[in-house]
Amino acid sequence: MDHFPTNWGRPRNDLSDAYGTFPLAQRPYNGGKDMFAEGVKHTQQPIVTGTSVLAIKYKDGIMMAADNLASYGSLARFKSIQRLHPVGKYTVIGAGGDMSDFQYIQSILDDTIIEEFAASDGHTLGPVEIHEYLSQIMYARRSKIDPLWNSLIVGGVKDGKRFLAYVDLLGTTYSASTIATGYGAFIAQPLLRKAVEGNENTLTEDAAMAILEESMRVLYYRDARSLDKYQLAKITADGITVSESRHLQTSWSFAEGIRGYGAQTQ
Amino acid sequence: MPDMNSLAHPQQHQFNPYTENGGTILAIAGEDFTVIAGDTRQSEGYSIQTRYAPKVFRLTDKAVLAVNGFAADGNMFVKKVRQRLEWYRHAHAKDMPLRAIARLIQTMLYARRFFPFYVYNILGGIEEDGSGAVYSFDPVGSYEREACRAAGAAQSLVQPFLDNQIYFKNQTPAQDTSHPVHLPLHSVLALVIDSFTGATERHIEVGDGLEMYVVLARGNPALQSLQDLPGAEEVTGTQAEERVFVIRRDLKKD
Amino acid sequence: MTSIGTGYDLSASTYSPDGRIFQVEYAAKAVENSGTAIGLRVKGGIVLAVEKLVHSKLLVPAANKRILTVDPHIGLATAGLQADGRHLANRARDEASNYRDQYKTNPPLKAIVDRLGLYVQAYTLYSSVRPFGISTILGAVDKDGPSLYVIEPSGVHYGYHGAAVGKGRQLAKTELEKLKLSDLSMREAVLEAARIIYVVHDDAKEKDFELEISWVGEETNGLHVLVPKDLLDEANAKAKAALETFE
Repeated sequence: MDHFPTNWGRPRNDLSDAYGTFPLAQRPYNGGKDMFAEGVKHTQQPIVTGTSVLAIKYKDGIMMAADNLASYGSLARFKSIQRLHPVGKYTVIGAGGDMSDFQYIQSILDDTIIEEFAASDGHTLGPVEIHEYLSQIMYARRSKIDPLWNSLIVGGVKDGKRFLAYVDLLGTTYSASTIATGYGAFIAQPLLRKAVEGNENTLTEDAAMAILEESMRVLYYRDARSLDKYQLAKITADGITVSESRHLQTSWSFAEGIRGYGAQTQ
Repeated sequence: MPDMNSLAHPQQHQFNPYTENGGTILAIAGEDFTVIAGDTRQSEGYSIQTRYAPKVFRLTDKAVLAVNGFAADGNMFVKKVRQRLEWYRHAHAKDMPLRAIARLIQTMLYARRFFPFYVYNILGGIEEDGSGAVYSFDPVGSYEREACRAAGAAQSLVQPFLDNQIYFKNQTPAQDTSHPVHLPLHSVLALVIDSFTGATERHIEVGDGLEMYVVLARGNPALQSLQDLPGAEEVTGTQAEERVFVIRRDLKKD
Repeated sequence: MTSIGTGYDLSASTYSPDGRIFQVEYAAKAVENSGTAIGLRVKGGIVLAVEKLVHSKLLVPAANKRILTVDPHIGLATAGLQADGRHLANRARDEASNYRDQYKTNPPLKAIVDRLGLYVQAYTLYSSVRPFGISTILGAVDKDGPSLYVIEPSGVHYGYHGAAVGKGRQLAKTELEKLKLSDLSMREAVLEAARIIYVVHDDAKEKDFELEISWVGEETNGLHVLVPKDLLDEANAKAKAALETFE
């Protein structure tokens, strides 16, 4: 009898972890010990993870979406986690990847905002500055081979200027009118580009909301680490609003008709 | 039920601090000008991250640096080079000469010999003697001065084309004629555009936009034609007798 | 001064035979030379006000603040050596940040004041250091509502309904006692604070002064900020008017 529940009911020999279910796919090891294994080891892996974040530019500013799930491997572990975090009055960051690293980033940024408030020198940090600062942190940590395991989107509006940019665990950065992290980069990004590219200055709030909702729905259908509960953040000249959790309407009845998906009748 | 011993090896999941962000850069030196160009697509794997991420940067009024490879390292490297150039300005009240920048870049790259900046650099500009110059580097600092160089994802497509069109490799001049040593600016610009449209056709990581920086030596007769060129934007800093322009073109986005 | 020449005043780590620490008392003298600072704990929050003596017309107006922000909801006003005030404010910011890192919650003012008290007191223990030449008023609205404290150079700290430190503290305290602090609105408190600063200002001895007022509470969404310009102007004008009837 195998007494380790993590070994029960798994696909055979998925040494390669084909489903990205880490850490559950890792088996307990009871063999001999490597006496030098305690040497300096920074490299970590993401443990409790968030999936995609989507963000677009639209007429009045930036809109961002992320679901409320934090997964433990393939386990839907925390189902009401907020992954959109306002920083100051002009910026929201959205995070995928390791949620404990994200919480650490939140506390750094919150401390920074407080420091700047206490300075009361008439300067405030906008999305541009926060993205630059975050990029330096992310790049510095990757250079220590001790990365913060996240993909982050920084969006905001300040002084009438919209800003939308990305930074990840490698310190890679870019700016674009649509950004999607994780699975969203494959599934949602094409939908977002089709709707937004060239229409950044005409796309209405309702239309922006609609395209994000539709993208979140497609992601929920296809991304096994996603949830049908998500939040929207809106950053305009009037400030930041992060919505209450929204529920995605989905229909799974089509599955019945697909061989290999629903119950087999023949 | 999986066998405990066969699965007992821990899955090593080593963090890789590098990635490759695609794109291509190229520079060609003329007699009294240099063109430094790069596409603006940034990608990772099969995903286009953005259609506009500059890879070519004006350092001074006579030096332009193109950076290609791992974008995060590239941006950080440019930032550090610029910082060193600013310190030089504070100390000496002038811009660092091109060949000194080239040597500086070697030193900075080699300083990271055992954790390299994963970037291919091409430095272009005007030397103190007024000649156009291109310096190309490998990631750990080996460098040489050349007349032209392509680097990046489509290097293997563009460099042979340049060898043929700039160095006239595999071309025999007609009887009693010889190949020109230097090409005029308009021919160079045409070659650059053709190089990138060609690379865009055949390489998935190249496309979206093209940025061509043109550095003109003092008194270059092509100045007027550049100023008249629609879409050419002058980005010269303050004093300088050298003049710097950017010309932007769309490339296919597919 | 009786302490001079006795040898007991050379170090903060030496008691006099009757149990006093003269260096700490000298520090208190440094406070007495400074423009007055007051704090009012009222219904919806806290109001801090400072009589900032302007010893030169060359100084930039509104520069060199004596009311500082420690944390979004905590304000600090000092009387005494300005540099000591800024140093203590920086220490307070570090303590607030440290508290937040540990407990992931806004630091209650009491916790910050306790820590600052220990810090200030540590400077009364060694011959190698000089005690803080400041008295500090801290005000905040935290989870327990508005609170107001004063830390003295010795490190002692008490909570107050109304506090006054610096040159005009005696008169200011008398004026504060006349007020029904718990019934005042924040706006009323701003006007009263301004009036008191004008009353205690001795323009026979001191030249010009600048009125600095900050508040934290209902009116400010829980943030410690300087009062808006129009309110400050109003407070200045009314205080001047009241002064004429007072005299």
